Amino acid sequence: MQGWQIRVRGQVQGVGFRPFVWQLARARGLRGVVLNDAEGVLVRVVGALGDFAEALRDQAPPLARVDAVEVAAVVLDDLPEGFEIVASGGAGAETRVTPDAATCPACLAEIRGEGRRRGYAFSNCTHCGPRFTILQSLPYDRARTTMAPFVMCPACRAEYGDPADRRFHAQPIACPDCGPRLWLEAGGVEVAGDAIAAAAKRLKAGEILAVKGLGGFHLACDAANAGTVDLLRARKRRPAKPFALMAREGDLERIVSVSPGALAALRDPAAPIVLMPSRGVLPETVAPGVAELGVMLPYTPLHHLLLDAFGGVLVMTSGNLSGAPQVIGNDEARDKLSAFADAFLMHDREIARRLDDSVVRVDPPMVLRRARGQVPGTLPLPPGFETAPQVVAYGGQMKAALCLIKNGQALLGHHLGELDEALTWEAFQQADADYAGLFDHHPQAVAIDLHPDFRASRHGAKRAEALGVPMIAVQHHHAHMAACLGENLWPKDGGKVAAIVLDGLGLGPDGTVWGGELLLGDYTGFERIAWLKPAALIGGDRAQLEPWRNALVRLDAAGLSDLADRLFPEAPRDLARQMAMKGINAPLSSSAGRLFDAIAACLGICPMRQSYEGEAAMRLESLASETGPGPDLPVVAGEIDPAPLFQLLAANEPPARIAHALHASLARAFATQAAQLIESGRAQAVVLSGGCFQNAKLATLTRKMLAGQRILTHRSIPANDGGLALGQALVAAAKLEGN
Amino acid sequence: MALRDERVTLAHGGGGKAMRDLIEEVFTAVFQPPGMEDQARLTEAALAEPGARLAFTTDSYVVTPIEFPGGDIGKIAVCGTVNDLAVGGARPLWLSAAFIIEEGTEIALLRRIVATMAREAEAAGVRIVTGDTKVVGRGACDGVFVTTAGVGVIPPGREMAAGLVQPGDVAIVNGVLGDHGATILATRGDLALSSDIESDCAALGHLMAGVMAAAPGIRAARDLTRGGLASALNEIAQAAGCGIVIDETALPLRAEVVGLCEILGLDPLYLANEGRLVTFVPEAEAAAALAAMRARPEGAGACVIGRAVADHAGQVRMRTAFGGARIVDMLVGEQLPRIC
Ligand SMILES: [Fe+3]
Ligand SMILES: [Mg+2]
Ligand SMILES: [Zn+2]
Ligand SMILES: [Zn+2]
Repeated sequence: MQGWQIRVRGQVQGVGFRPFVWQLARARGLRGVVLNDAEGVLVRVVGALGDFAEALRDQAPPLARVDAVEVAAVVLDDLPEGFEIVASGGAGAETRVTPDAATCPACLAEIRGEGRRRGYAFSNCTHCGPRFTILQSLPYDRARTTMAPFVMCPACRAEYGDPADRRFHAQPIACPDCGPRLWLEAGGVEVAGDAIAAAAKRLKAGEILAVKGLGGFHLACDAANAGTVDLLRARKRRPAKPFALMAREGDLERIVSVSPGALAALRDPAAPIVLMPSRGVLPETVAPGVAELGVMLPYTPLHHLLLDAFGGVLVMTSGNLSGAPQVIGNDEARDKLSAFADAFLMHDREIARRLDDSVVRVDPPMVLRRARGQVPGTLPLPPGFETAPQVVAYGGQMKAALCLIKNGQALLGHHLGELDEALTWEAFQQADADYAGLFDHHPQAVAIDLHPDFRASRHGAKRAEALGVPMIAVQHHHAHMAACLGENLWPKDGGKVAAIVLDGLGLGPDGTVWGGELLLGDYTGFERIAWLKPAALIGGDRAQLEPWRNALVRLDAAGLSDLADRLFPEAPRDLARQMAMKGINAPLSSSAGRLFDAIAACLGICPMRQSYEGEAAMRLESLASETGPGPDLPVVAGEIDPAPLFQLLAANEPPARIAHALHASLARAFATQAAQLIESGRAQAVVLSGGCFQNAKLATLTRKMLAGQRILTHRSIPANDGGLALGQALVAAAKLEGN
Repeated sequence: MALRDERVTLAHGGGGKAMRDLIEEVFTAVFQPPGMEDQARLTEAALAEPGARLAFTTDSYVVTPIEFPGGDIGKIAVCGTVNDLAVGGARPLWLSAAFIIEEGTEIALLRRIVATMAREAEAAGVRIVTGDTKVVGRGACDGVFVTTAGVGVIPPGREMAAGLVQPGDVAIVNGVLGDHGATILATRGDLALSSDIESDCAALGHLMAGVMAAAPGIRAARDLTRGGLASALNEIAQAAGCGIVIDETALPLRAEVVGLCEILGLDPLYLANEGRLVTFVPEAEAAAALAAMRARPEGAGACVIGRAVADHAGQVRMRTAFGGARIVDMLVGEQLPRIC
């Protein structure tokens, strides 16, 4: 019989796509079948198609992402009388798992309604709920998740088996009769009564609670209670790093100014932390010295119930020891968080995989941390990489994330953290195995950073040797550039671009430490066109911790040693200068990040020590106010000299103006050089990448300077090292194919 | 007879009278090796004991500056080789000493070095029994290089090796870490330091003898030299196929060394030592081993720093003051900054 075969590609498994097709086909009286297979969803139908194929794309379920709908005329036999969902076809089918998704409106209405799931903290359906965080092994079905111990009751089983139900094949389906249980624990003892009500009462009384969420424990407290916020800071030994907040939609406008874009980001099923301008109504200590607050909406029924009962805004910071990753186990929480939390709101559904909350900004759009809700989603690769070899790339040291490419798709892993931390290192190894399984990946090459002492680089070298495949070491900033090209689907043969990569630092091929670069190149190679005039990193990585070190060398270089002596009377300046002079642990670096630190230190912003990475730069950005262009930075033989910025200090300019001038001058110096590359026909577009472009002011000013040019920026993958592995993978693939 | 010259010239290496004068007056007069020929002929009853084994090691010593607070190159050359023998379970007996001397080196400096070596050898209970000198042109070496080889005896039945360390064994060090490395850095860089840190350079043969007597089940010991405690522990973890956990709060560190490391951006775990060792003993013998160390001046600061564990085989971790766990790696080349 003449019919149609429709192939649907994209994120179409585990998101209710088959029941959606089933309902769509039945409503149109089509005969046929739908099934999952290794390539996605396959539909075989006979009858009048009409706009069926378009509807597959346009009306797809909320968590689906349809990349392609391919219709082919075929001869079909053995079709059933009506329309059916049939068993998966072929090996490798149904191995997909989608990202965890925030509670959907239907489930929210249900827990607030009168049905059997009223007030139930673990409600979910095909359109929402836990996924990757409960996955233990593949393929993704209940028996291989941490829901396995919970045996479905008859009512849940009926919903699970009914294609017309929104819980059809929802693996974590649960109800109060058969699902996970919530309790409040204090002093090692379960507190009697309603856990949510008791938890809310304690929060109102100013207590700090450890709350078990999707990807880990949070520490929660009343964000409006300055005393409690201070107490949390003291207990966590976290003096200044901003705390994330959780608020109901109705409470948002009171604390932050919410743009339409921000609201859309907040409501996304990924439910990330969104940075928005603070209205200054919460205690300053929630986010000291910075003008933005990071807020997320409640994203599990547990969070909704807790916030409804509490009625205010909560601090929701990750539950961890200083510098260590988030706690995920109940016993681990009791062991490690007892010093921080007065009580534990916990449950008996295990967390299989630690996932931090994702962090995004909307104006301009950028992802600062790619984690819960965004992984394990795949990204399409640019034209030219369709037949690229399978590559695994291992990323950087500080914001480790790995990336696999295969079949024209990339799987960029979640933010793991700093790899010298033992638990993070274990998570890295787990991620390596996990993602390889998820993606059925068999590496034909390994890509690493040029820095041999990144733990990820050493791991990659070992893997390449064990696998007997080539290993390609990619220069850090070339990888940043390639990541941006890849995200923007820049074709493999799209020509050269001018890449402004302003970053912390990365090892250059010349053995010095780079970090403020203008590169001209493509996926396969690059040349260094311009760079910040190098300065010594006195004490190596210690220079990152102590901004005065960077200020001292820059001031000395600008002939302002006297000013340095006055600004940093407490610092061991003599010793530091000797180190710089004699080259004792003082490598030269063109780092842009350290230049921000230097200016910040001169303006009195955490001069002696930063309490968290990026503190000085974030505060500097908040301080900057729009006051003109800033001085020109002279360029000699490719070296951009920032000395004039330090002259402003000697001239006693107001701090807000100096802070702004840094952004404006840096933007102009690099943009001017980049524009010249375009005008001379050597480059086709400008790329902005590197961690410094998380700075909204710098990003916006640089784009303004380049108005009229084609600009490629990061939007859905981090400009920082969280996106590095994607670039490494693409460079490696391009180099291999070039051979 | 007195050498007229104040500095070494190429003639001192020429094989003639100048050379003989130098060797006889500066070296053999002090070391007094047995016999006057070029090789030592030795008898030792211990070697005849059934099951006894000969231990034999050699090391070259290069240090800038040649003299530093707490010692000089000669002290390191004796102590280093004695310690190499001692941590292998041997009783050190004899040393050879070979010198490469740069033209222009002060004779007085050579005399000081030789005096130190003789003194340290005597204190360590070893004899310098043979040696050699070579003089090279300016720039062909940096002052004086010294090579010592050492011979010792391992008594019957003693088995010590990193591979024998087992989960549960206790790790003990004999004193504060990093003093030597910090001293050298400060002196070499001519850094204006107001500190009285001195090199920890010391011979540990007697200390090891005490520990081995007190803790006969001792598994292994390693002297901490280049690469510091971190490198020694990594070698042991890898050879033993088990993990090692150390406690940040238990590490013996001098405040001055910590302060200097903070300024220099260095990790004291990687600083060189010349008179420190780490030993692994069964838990039941840990207290006795510790007491034996503390009974000697070079072990006065001994303490337990951690233990071997079954987890994370081959890897060393440090429990931090805040309760986290950090991986402590082997030092690979020079430490380039990594924080992006
Ligand atoms: Fe970077
Ligand atoms: Mg040796
Ligand atoms: Zn739902
Ligand atoms: Zn149920």
